[in-house]
Amino acid sequence: MNRRFAVLVLGAALAAIPAFAQTLRIGLAEDPDVLDPTLARTFVGRIVFAATCDKLLDLDEKLNIVPQLATSYEWSPDYKALTLKIRKGVLFHDGEKLDAAAVKFNIERHKTMQGSTRKGELASVSSVDVVDPYTVRLNLSAPFIPLLAVLTDRAGMMVSPKAAKAEGEKFGAHPVCAGPFKFVDRVAQGRITFERFADYWNKDAIHFDKVIYEPIVDSQVRLANLKSGQLDLIERFAPSDIAGLRADSRFKISKIVEIGYQGITINIGKSDLAKTSVLRDPRVREAFELSIDRQGVVDVAQEGEGMAGNQWVAPTNSWYSKAVPIPKRDVAKAKELLREAGVPNPSFQLVTPTTSDAQRFAQVIQAMAKEAGFDVKIQSTEFSTSLDMADKGQFEAYVLAWSGRADPDGNLQSHLGCKQPLNYAGYCNAEVDDWIAKSRTTGDRAQRQKYFDQIAMQVSKDRPIIYVYHRHWLWAYTNKLSGLRTVPDGMIRLQDLKMN
Amino acid sequence: MGRFLLARLGAILPTLFFVSVLIFGLQQLLPGDPATAMAGEDHDPEAIAYLRAKFHLDEPLPVRYGYWVKGVLQGDLGDSVRIQRPVAELIAEKLPVTLELAALAMVIALAIGITAGVVSAVYRDTGWDIAANLFALWGISTPNFWLGILLILLFAVHLGWLPASGYVSPFEDLRANLASMIMPAFVLGNAFAAALMRHTRSAMLQVLSSDYVRTARAKGLSERNVVLRHALRNALTPVITLGALQLGELLSGAVLTEQVFSIPGFGKLVVDAVFNRDYSVVQGVVLFTATVYIALNLLADIAYFLVNPKMRT
Repeated sequence: MNRRFAVLVLGAALAAIPAFAQTLRIGLAEDPDVLDPTLARTFVGRIVFAATCDKLLDLDEKLNIVPQLATSYEWSPDYKALTLKIRKGVLFHDGEKLDAAAVKFNIERHKTMQGSTRKGELASVSSVDVVDPYTVRLNLSAPFIPLLAVLTDRAGMMVSPKAAKAEGEKFGAHPVCAGPFKFVDRVAQGRITFERFADYWNKDAIHFDKVIYEPIVDSQVRLANLKSGQLDLIERFAPSDIAGLRADSRFKISKIVEIGYQGITINIGKSDLAKTSVLRDPRVREAFELSIDRQGVVDVAQEGEGMAGNQWVAPTNSWYSKAVPIPKRDVAKAKELLREAGVPNPSFQLVTPTTSDAQRFAQVIQAMAKEAGFDVKIQSTEFSTSLDMADKGQFEAYVLAWSGRADPDGNLQSHLGCKQPLNYAGYCNAEVDDWIAKSRTTGDRAQRQKYFDQIAMQVSKDRPIIYVYHRHWLWAYTNKLSGLRTVPDGMIRLQDLKMN
Repeated sequence: MGRFLLARLGAILPTLFFVSVLIFGLQQLLPGDPATAMAGEDHDPEAIAYLRAKFHLDEPLPVRYGYWVKGVLQGDLGDSVRIQRPVAELIAEKLPVTLELAALAMVIALAIGITAGVVSAVYRDTGWDIAANLFALWGISTPNFWLGILLILLFAVHLGWLPASGYVSPFEDLRANLASMIMPAFVLGNAFAAALMRHTRSAMLQVLSSDYVRTARAKGLSERNVVLRHALRNALTPVITLGALQLGELLSGAVLTEQVFSIPGFGKLVVDAVFNRDYSVVQGVVLFTATVYIALNLLADIAYFLVNPKMRT
């Protein structure tokens, strides 16, 4: 009898294992870089951080700023201090407590660590005060409203001070944070494994024991892995595969318009080339823009998976300036402008990275512009090289994508501000700079929107960047998976994800 | 012997020096600034300045070369900028993966190539021969990446027998390891099998028409005995030479195969490093490979010296 009972118990236990030991396997489009939020530089790295490093604040589907490790925030009346209440009872993966002192340590680490890529984002923070064990105040040298959005990304990720001190520069090899999953191991250029953190503050929202990220660059192979059941979820699959996935009832698709943009940057002041290029004439730039059918680009280059746009944020974004609508394609007017400018058949070089997205984009643009008389010469070059050419101003026009930031400032200031690091166009307009600066200092939403409207108006005339469309973030996953939240930042939040 | 060895070793030092200069110099020809490439999306000027200083990118070329060589002589190949791990550690982690892939590919190539070669020679001008030749033609003319994708579609997506890509260590799970390696090893070994088949076939044909085979048959030995014990053994000598020569090619072919099947091996390491401008990884890997080749050459020279008495005078 006892033996039979033991067998029954064992059988029940074995049967129960699959129900508990659930693993989520996610296919990534790229290989992430170092897993240290202070040093990390890639978009794909942020997707992996979502498993292991919670942030002070988070974003919801509408890009509202919502609490995560901080339960609330409050600006001082002059917007020169941001006070954050820290969630109580939060533990790091090494058992250390998250408190105001830990937050202070983290912000200071971001600001002072050698090689930190967070310094720029936190430049406005001059000091951090521990008000009480669970309240921290960030003192700013000047008001900087986008700081909240910055804290929803890597600058808001909290690492264990003890582990960070012990590991120093090598921390990224074994990250210790306060997120839902603990780091287990990483095969360089291969999978990254995490296991459930039993003491996670929000553990009821977590329904997997393990999560494994597999970087698979080739989108065909990534999709094949999903179809063969090796992966449960893939990000950024090719838009051309959407029809096949829709027809297959084993899979589901989610998508949302990105917070970034796809556009063409025009060298109008980056180097001497800007003085000789045919695009130096604003009429030629206008004609070029008029030759583009943005919806056509989305339909052809992205199989319809995207949204036509003309600003640094998509038309669905609450910060979009409605006063500056998308211009319609007008080939006749484009031709007329070119005649007026005395160059009926202008020719220029369009530098394009070799990714298939960028290539298709450039080819469609080339064909459209040709109808207006343009001779666009596509110069394809591997990404790092293209970036270097852009940096040195060795281009007339450049196909460039930006993954986007939650606050419009992150898509704007460093791209269009005078002498800013990502301002490949070499654009410099004192008024625009002034509006950008002012938009950073006011917490009044309507007032901020006014500044953005003014900037949009001016930039749409100057055309340092011709914004063309916004991609859809595309996710495909097994139909057994539910609870995937589609947030425009393109991250995969593991909270509430469930395998049925 | 001593003088010979000394002379060979003496030649190695300048060779290694030349190789190191070449690696370093070639890398500088790569377009693109490594600091901007490494600084990622945000291009934070401070981060770029830090990277420049850390990797001595702001110093003249000979000085940078000096820094690198100094590190290498102290056994330090540097750290990968992208994932902040020592290059030597990465090499130690990746090399076994690629060696396993190449070894499995070799086994598959030998098994298929020699069998097909023998069959087509023995059954010359029959359906078997034509089929084997067709296989060889197909194998030589099929690009690796295309065959890889086709196999993934067939065996992983449609049949669901094998994982589509990825790698599992044999120490973790041998079955899963073989399941993940069989397709890439077949893809890699396939073209080589075809070449081996052609060589085995012609060697076998030559041997089968020789006098001693006729004698063996006249003695009344079974055909099986004649082919496998008498003919094949002799025919294999040139085939083995070819196999040894092709091993190097298998390793370079692994670069593409590893990309298609997302196998984190040596080839993927160096390709990704080139695209990410992870200079220390590229330099370290190429220097390591060159040193291994030079060392193998030295061993071959010594073996030749030991075997061939003429050289000892």
